[in-house]
Amino acid sequence: MNEQEKMRTRAKELHAAGIIKQVLAWEAGAFPSYPAPAFFTKPNAFEKIVYNEFCTANLSKYVINITEKTLIFLRPCDAHSFAQLVKENQVKRENTYVIAVGCEGCVQVDEGEARDLLESCRTCTKTDYPLFDEEINTQNNPRESTNKAARFAEVTRLDSEENTARYAFWQAHFSQCIRCNACRNICPTCHCKECVMDSDHPLDGQFYHAIRALHQDGRCTDCGQCSRVCPRGIPVHLLNRKLIYTSNK
Amino acid sequence: MSVKIVAFCCNWCSYAGADLAGTSRLNYPAQVKIIRVPCSCRVDVQFILRAFVRGADGVIVCGCHLGDCHYSTGNYHAEGRLTQLFSLLDFMGFERERVHLEWISAAEGAKFAATMDAFVTQVSALGKNERYRNMYTKAGAQNE
Repeated sequence: MNEQEKMRTRAKELHAAGIIKQVLAWEAGAFPSYPAPAFFTKPNAFEKIVYNEFCTANLSKYVINITEKTLIFLRPCDAHSFAQLVKENQVKRENTYVIAVGCEGCVQVDEGEARDLLESCRTCTKTDYPLFDEEINTQNNPRESTNKAARFAEVTRLDSEENTARYAFWQAHFSQCIRCNACRNICPTCHCKECVMDSDHPLDGQFYHAIRALHQDGRCTDCGQCSRVCPRGIPVHLLNRKLIYTSNK
Repeated sequence: MSVKIVAFCCNWCSYAGADLAGTSRLNYPAQVKIIRVPCSCRVDVQFILRAFVRGADGVIVCGCHLGDCHYSTGNYHAEGRLTQLFSLLDFMGFERERVHLEWISAAEGAKFAATMDAFVTQVSALGKNERYRNMYTKAGAQNE
């Protein structure tokens, strides 16, 4: 039995036992390769729960301020973001029932075609779950991560370059920024009710990205969602990773 | 060519240090504009970035020596935050030499003058700030 079947069965069992009121999982999106996060409240809808290598969305963002007991499925990267939210009192732990699901990395979809693993999955170093109530197929996770060196490779490569080259690199990327705020809205640790970026002063380009990265400083769980959702392909997660790299030193 | 420097000075040490430099008749460059803040940790990263986009060529933050903060731990917070800011700015390709953090006590008028002298020399060597000012888009600058 694969993860998806087990997830559906457990959701039904827990709902029947009255432990949970609703389920937060992925459902089939407009295309098979784009599953979307969704809340399921009726048991007959639990058959629509989808889990595959295209489930790229981080579910922990959606549990902020939930009021009903929710079953949530978390992969290691989601679980770290979730733990951070619990730490920051954004989620009541007693309102959630966490099932840790196994993860072997998500696949990037480009113009309808499945490509390589996501950048964040190729450099993922998370193999554990900080919080969970039960586990499904977590034995398949790569326990000994081989990605530790790859994680900071791009940061150190840029660091070793000339100041001017770095400036040109970021200018090329930031000039593409359309300030759609997707990187902010998807970030699990961006949960201020009022954002400093919504002020009357348009804070564009590098200014926005510097402040965004610094506001996540020390709280970023390096889930890589910010770069995944960027419609212009700006590697914004590198800024967060640089800050993690500096504080680790 | 004269460069514009913004100095954020904490009320309890560095600002009094600047005062002492004045009463001791020490010379330091006139293009240093001092902004008094209650504590060095009051300096938000946005203050620094905003100073740059509004035309400063260098920004220096001065606070009490570590352990001497009027609020016990303020300057430790400032140090942590600004270390991260400086490393990020460097990573984004901005000149690291344009920003500086220095601890100056109320008794160190001479150190204040010397620090400002050295910082102005350092920034003058880089010339006008072009990269930082580009932080704003043109549309953003017009609305300012």
